[in-house]
Amino acid sequence: MNRIKAFGAFWYDFVIGDDWQVAALVVAGLALTAILAHVAKVNAWWLLPLFVVAALGWSLHRATSSK
Amino acid sequence: MAAGLTREWRSTFQGMAVALIVLAVVTAVIGPALTLLPLSALRLAVGALLAIFGLQWLRKAVLRATGYKALHDEASAYLREVAAAEAAPKEAKRGVRDWYAFTLSFKGVLLEGLEVVFIVLTFGANQHNVGAAAIGAAAAIVVVTVTGIAVKAPLAKVPENWMKFAVGVMLTSFGTFWGAEGAGVSWPGNDAALLVLVPVIALVAAGYVFWLRSRKAAVSAPAPESEVVSS
Repeated sequence: MNRIKAFGAFWYDFVIGDDWQVAALVVAGLALTAILAHVAKVNAWWLLPLFVVAALGWSLHRATSSK
Repeated sequence: MAAGLTREWRSTFQGMAVALIVLAVVTAVIGPALTLLPLSALRLAVGALLAIFGLQWLRKAVLRATGYKALHDEASAYLREVAAAEAAPKEAKRGVRDWYAFTLSFKGVLLEGLEVVFIVLTFGANQHNVGAAAIGAAAAIVVVTVTGIAVKAPLAKVPENWMKFAVGVMLTSFGTFWGAEGAGVSWPGNDAALLVLVPVIALVAAGYVFWLRSRKAAVSAPAPESEVVSS
């Protein structure tokens, strides 16, 4: 069980890293892009880059605001 | 290096060889399996992973460039490894003369190699050509090794953080590009959109470095005399 936990923790740290909210924002951006593209038929190519730069800024702000 | 110099080379090379075999098997098994998936689903999943992975690199590089996180010091990391390797007892196990040297070398090569494998698989699978991506990675390793030997520059002098910044920009840009394509959008100019996306991500990240540096300077600067309340 401990080995499974350690294996999961390794992959979490490898892919997600220090801030899970970055991953959550990227996934949210992709989901919204897909909804706009497939449901509303909007070619929202600009949306994911906005989410990406916002995720980076938000994460940096949170990491540095208390220091 | 730390394992080989302080312990013994034979077990170190054995650990390195086993790690390289594991990495080759991972690439050989997962690579072709990935290329069998539908391209849009693959791009969505791989794009998300690559963007998250790239943002993780970029975040650390920006924090290091602005002094909010200590720079990764290769020289002191090497000295720490050497001290730990010298202190560990020697033990023969499973046909390996020095188990510590073997595991140290195996873990180091496997962990660093996994990052390369991850990038090779994601880039290769997206173009349905893992082989070309693997050749590109192998060529990069050869170029870096030959350059390192030719100029004999110590690792500590390599501007590691800016290299990581550049890698973070590339991973984030390609991840964003493929992820959005997988989600169903068409980029203006198709692949040429990357020529705009990469510099934009780089400029925004550089802007964050500037922003955090000026914010830090403003916080650490002494208050102007007019604002100092005298007691």
